[in-house]
Amino acid sequence: MKRRDFMKLVALAPASAGLAACADQRSHAQAVYLLVDISGTYVQEVGKAQQVINYLLGTLNPGDSLALARVKSRSFSEKDIVAKATFAKDPIQANAQKRAFKEQTATLLQAGKTGSAYTDITGGILQAAEFLNETGAGRKTILIFSDMQEELDGKTIRDVPLNLNGIRVVALNVTKLTTDNIDPRRYLGRLESWEKRVREAGAKDWRMINNLEHLEQILQT
Amino acid sequence: MSWMIWPDNPALSALALFLIAIPFLYAARTPIHGVIESLAGAVSSAMRLTARSLLAAARELRSRNRLVLLAQGRDEIAQTVEREFQRVTAIINRDLNGYPALQRKLLDNITHLEEDYKKAGEVPPPPPEWVKAVETMAKLKNGGDGLVEKMLKDISTSIGAVYDKVLAEYRRSCEERHGILERFIPFGRSLNETLTRVERNITGLQASAARIDAQMDNYEQIRAGSDRIDHVLYSSAVTQFVTSGLVLAIAFGGAFVNFWLIARPMSAMVGGGQYIVGDFEASHIAALVIILLEATMGLFLMECLRITHLFPRIQNLDDRMRRRLLWASFAFLLVLAGVEVALAVMRDYIVAADIALKQGLSTAPAMPVTSDWVTKIPVAGQMILGFILPFALAFVAIPLEYFVHAARNVFGALLVVALRILALVIRMVGSAVRRAGTATVLLYDAVIFLPLLAERAVLAKRNAAESGPHKSALGPRGVLQGRTGGAS
Repeated sequence: MKRRDFMKLVALAPASAGLAACADQRSHAQAVYLLVDISGTYVQEVGKAQQVINYLLGTLNPGDSLALARVKSRSFSEKDIVAKATFAKDPIQANAQKRAFKEQTATLLQAGKTGSAYTDITGGILQAAEFLNETGAGRKTILIFSDMQEELDGKTIRDVPLNLNGIRVVALNVTKLTTDNIDPRRYLGRLESWEKRVREAGAKDWRMINNLEHLEQILQT
Repeated sequence: MSWMIWPDNPALSALALFLIAIPFLYAARTPIHGVIESLAGAVSSAMRLTARSLLAAARELRSRNRLVLLAQGRDEIAQTVEREFQRVTAIINRDLNGYPALQRKLLDNITHLEEDYKKAGEVPPPPPEWVKAVETMAKLKNGGDGLVEKMLKDISTSIGAVYDKVLAEYRRSCEERHGILERFIPFGRSLNETLTRVERNITGLQASAARIDAQMDNYEQIRAGSDRIDHVLYSSAVTQFVTSGLVLAIAFGGAFVNFWLIARPMSAMVGGGQYIVGDFEASHIAALVIILLEATMGLFLMECLRITHLFPRIQNLDDRMRRRLLWASFAFLLVLAGVEVALAVMRDYIVAADIALKQGLSTAPAMPVTSDWVTKIPVAGQMILGFILPFALAFVAIPLEYFVHAARNVFGALLVVALRILALVIRMVGSAVRRAGTATVLLYDAVIFLPLLAERAVLAKRNAAESGPHKSALGPRGVLQGRTGGAS
């Protein structure tokens, strides 16, 4: 809070005194759902996800929510949520929760070298949207740590409409596949189709961040 | 549908339209002149009236400002005179009340001095009778008579012994007198000190009397409503406004620091991430409320101590109730200062926990943390600041009172100036509108100059025909002047 905010606060003091009885109904909390792809060869990138988790734990405030889930052959399940927490209003308790969260994420990072056969990103997004909407947070973000190459088995049906109203979607560390190297149009087309799909689903924003040195852009609106 | 007669030639189309319009414009000349002049006159009159009423409002406001200024000056002088009288009363009670004792002490000292002076006086011993006998004996001639010689010898021996005794007596007497003179010194000093004190008190009384005289002069000038005192009071109000504003700004800085000290730990008390109004967190508003409460308690404390006079109801409370309120305000302030100390400790704890968490999250190796006394300095500093700032904030009441009183006069004077400037501007605009109306009428005539020239020629010819060889009274510009004059 800068000096200008302090001045505004002082100016608003009489009004705030009058309104103190009725709390602001609008939620200012933030909810973040991080999907980490552990399928195929992308499982080797999982180590980098720790950097994102650490950033989120250091940035999120008391009252915010964070969940970490895997993306594997079928991801529309609560069982794929590795860790989730809504941080307490008390900053000291929130710190303790963050430490516990970090310990829980270690299981994901210690996953085996071999990834799942298929990649169900849509299922993960559906699960994420459900979780985020349940938190009732004012700002909701889905982070997808993946190469965004979806591959489903024959039985899995993901041709369902997504509802991402009010949710920001950020794709992280979207690595290029060997085929992308041969034909970059595949990579660009893949990203374009995801952006189109996400925006049609009502997402508030779509963004891609490949440079993990600039993680501050994750939560910037 | 386009207005152009010849779409390829806009200039020619415009010229043709202008030529077509000229007869109509000429025909409508008189009513249009009337409309333009009526509109300009109406706007100008309205503006003139507005300017006049603004000037009247400025005069009224100025006289009210003057009344307020003089009333404040009167109150200020009454307070100053009252304070001077209290000072004089204190001097009289302290010193002149004990004046009989002082006088007695002075008289005692003087009596002592007189007595000692008398005692110290050298009293020559009375001439003994035997001196005459010795003188007679001394006149005897030593003619070699053995008896006489022996007698004289015996006398000389006796006189020598007596002389020694007398000399010793004389020296003892001198010593006694010196002793008396030595005792004389403290009395002299005491007398000197007492007189100096009396002189100082009298001088203090004179200075107070001079100050009271000066204030009474000002008071009389205020009663007489002199311009000089008006200027003096106004400049004094401006000075007070600026200085109290500066002090308030400094106090505001202190409140800002205080706010920063308690805003973060407040989230542990009222919960972080909760919002009451807009984007402002509940913890920030709670911190602000605590600071405002401290300022309010300080205000009450200063009122109860009769340092400030913002609330007449508190001033009019009986002494017992006022003392109770004073202690209550002080107790609240003390409790709030204690809360701030606790919050300072809490803040340090939260910051340490945050640092520990971030070190745990960081991939870089953690720096070793030393816990010697140097690391305790910031928290000690925060605790001291947390305790002192509420009390420092209490003194804001004094500049606030000055600011409130001075602001009424300064803003009142600025409002008068603003009203006058506004009246002047409105008057100028009104005048400009009137002139613009006249200019528009002339411009209109300039546009339709061709039919006007024709009209003038026709009228001149007719006048010449009617008056025969006589020269036209209207002159070459008679028509235009007559029409313009008639319209206006």
